[in-house]
Amino acid sequence: MSRTSVLTPPEGALPARTRFAAGVGAAVSGLSRALGRGGGSVVGGRAILAVDGRALSRLAAGRSIALVSGTNGKTTTTALLRAALETRAPVVSNALGANLPPGLASALAGGPPRAPAVLEVDEAWLGRVLEATAPRAVALLNLSRDQLDRYNEVRRLAGSWRAALDGRPGVTVVANADDPLVAWGAALCPQVVWIGAGQPWTDDAAGCPSCGGRIRFGGAGRAWGCASCGLQRPALDVTLDGAEVRGPGGWRVSLRLALPGRANRANAAVAIAVASVLGVEPATAAAAMSAVSEVAGRYATVAAAGRRARLLLAKNPAGWLEALDVLRPPPAPVVVAINARVADGRDPSWLWDVPFERLRGRVVVATGERSRDLAVRLRYAGVDHRRLPDPVDAIAAVDGDVVDVVANYTSFQALRARLAR
Amino acid sequence: MSTVDSAVGIALLFPDLLGTYGDSGNATILAERLRWRGFEATPVTVRSGDAVPAGCDVYVVGGGEDLPQALAARQLGPPRTGPLCEAVDRGAAVLAVCAGLQVLGESFVGGDGVRVDGAGLLDLTTERGRGPRSVGEVVVDPVPALGLPALTGYENHGGVTVLGPGTSPLGHVRRGVGNGDGSGTDGAWSGRVLGTYLHGPVLARNPALADLVLGWVVGDLAPVDDAEVLELRGERLHAALGPRRRGRWRP
Repeated sequence: MSRTSVLTPPEGALPARTRFAAGVGAAVSGLSRALGRGGGSVVGGRAILAVDGRALSRLAAGRSIALVSGTNGKTTTTALLRAALETRAPVVSNALGANLPPGLASALAGGPPRAPAVLEVDEAWLGRVLEATAPRAVALLNLSRDQLDRYNEVRRLAGSWRAALDGRPGVTVVANADDPLVAWGAALCPQVVWIGAGQPWTDDAAGCPSCGGRIRFGGAGRAWGCASCGLQRPALDVTLDGAEVRGPGGWRVSLRLALPGRANRANAAVAIAVASVLGVEPATAAAAMSAVSEVAGRYATVAAAGRRARLLLAKNPAGWLEALDVLRPPPAPVVVAINARVADGRDPSWLWDVPFERLRGRVVVATGERSRDLAVRLRYAGVDHRRLPDPVDAIAAVDGDVVDVVANYTSFQALRARLAR
Repeated sequence: MSTVDSAVGIALLFPDLLGTYGDSGNATILAERLRWRGFEATPVTVRSGDAVPAGCDVYVVGGGEDLPQALAARQLGPPRTGPLCEAVDRGAAVLAVCAGLQVLGESFVGGDGVRVDGAGLLDLTTERGRGPRSVGEVVVDPVPALGLPALTGYENHGGVTVLGPGTSPLGHVRRGVGNGDGSGTDGAWSGRVLGTYLHGPVLARNPALADLVLGWVVGDLAPVDDAEVLELRGERLHAALGPRRRGRWRP
């Protein structure tokens, strides 16, 4: 237990109860780490909130806070934005993705008081976290089907955003105008920076979020509009064109990211726009982001079973659509790891929304706790495959020195923890 | 109707409105199981706003959220009219899951509490449930007349469906909720129209159900290699039904 102990609570203008809560949280998370139960931020955060139910708002008070929410790209965008803001001063962040109130409380309690914070927030909790933390900026990335056994309907999430942001003063939202659900969710906020960050996955937005009519995609650029009620893509303030980001007042920067893929260029563009709202020059932000080469293990290449395994996260159809563009070209083999625990969604039906047919021409090894579901999907997709439930066995089974491993949430966490040992 | 010599038309209705849980997989599975046996299959994707073709052999309808579900129902037209009903009258088969099941009935209650007319292909009505949503693994024992093994699947719905005298349930629920009206049944079956709350790619885990539908259209079917599917079925049936049994055997 090397970090903050009960005897040295964070200083600052916190009420005594919150200081005590933070101390208890630090002790609990330290104990959790010492017992090898993981990072401890969630149990520590639960302890903080149990001692002081208002700890999140008290820990957030006096800070400049930026929130990042959406279905895909939260952790990466948070990391990129953090890199941009740290060109000025240290930043507090829930870098490992614990994005519910306990994880947020833990992150704030563990960092210097009054330091600026960049927090990724679970999309279903955004409203409550907005109330508690009064952020200066909020990035809204995208919304698509994910863990539907828990959240049921994507449109309800967009509706909860819309209600939470309706008329809210003091916050600037940077919202992806290319996603109709995000555009509708952010539309009533008085201060919005609209960014054309792209959303290749459109299958969750065919029905207009406002009226249920048909959304038509296409036309100039990535424009979209509802044929019935006239909801349409807002005029863009920030655009992403290839690797170039252009913003209001004529600023333009070229992205030189170490992270691969279109989705990460979009994440970076959003992070630059948020950084700009918070006073960091776009060029300064872009330069800082180019040093980020992995995010919580994602995109990292690690040694495994005598191979070099590049770890990619894809946890839903929209994420897979982006991941398919990042894979090494065929015939390079791919290992795909699928679990269906609570954090993944207990229902892997979404595998049938992923165009796995695009993996034809290479060998795919299906692995993870739900490898049988994946194997059946691959059989119907006409993809040459094997099934080995153990992920390390699966990596060992492919030919070649480097292998791309695409895993969903808990299978990614489990594999990463295992390869780190 | 198609003969063995001509391509089998498989229409996927409104995947952009009713396709929340990989439901389009059912159309993929039907087409592939035909191709593996040397038949030609012609998938037809009918998006929102497109005319529904009357000449297909199998129609697949998926699940979806409240607003898109009502929009899909409106596009099928008033009950017992329109191209889908004409196709059924001519002997076409229909497989509908979750919201699709509700859409094929007489009526359902939409998200805004307003009752919406269904296609009238199944004698059933759907209300909004008062309790929590029904979410989780389901095992259904199909009615004996269908000659099917147990169905395994996953449900996620808030609706409660009540069958009228003109339709049989698809089966009786051994694990899970299904129709949720207290009858212990799931889904509905009438002629060549089948509906179930086992959502998404229900045919992935239940190839016998896929072959039942295909058999109605093309007649006898040669066996195919379902080894991987049988492994998946075994795993899911054990996951849904197994823990009690395992507890008994634990030393």
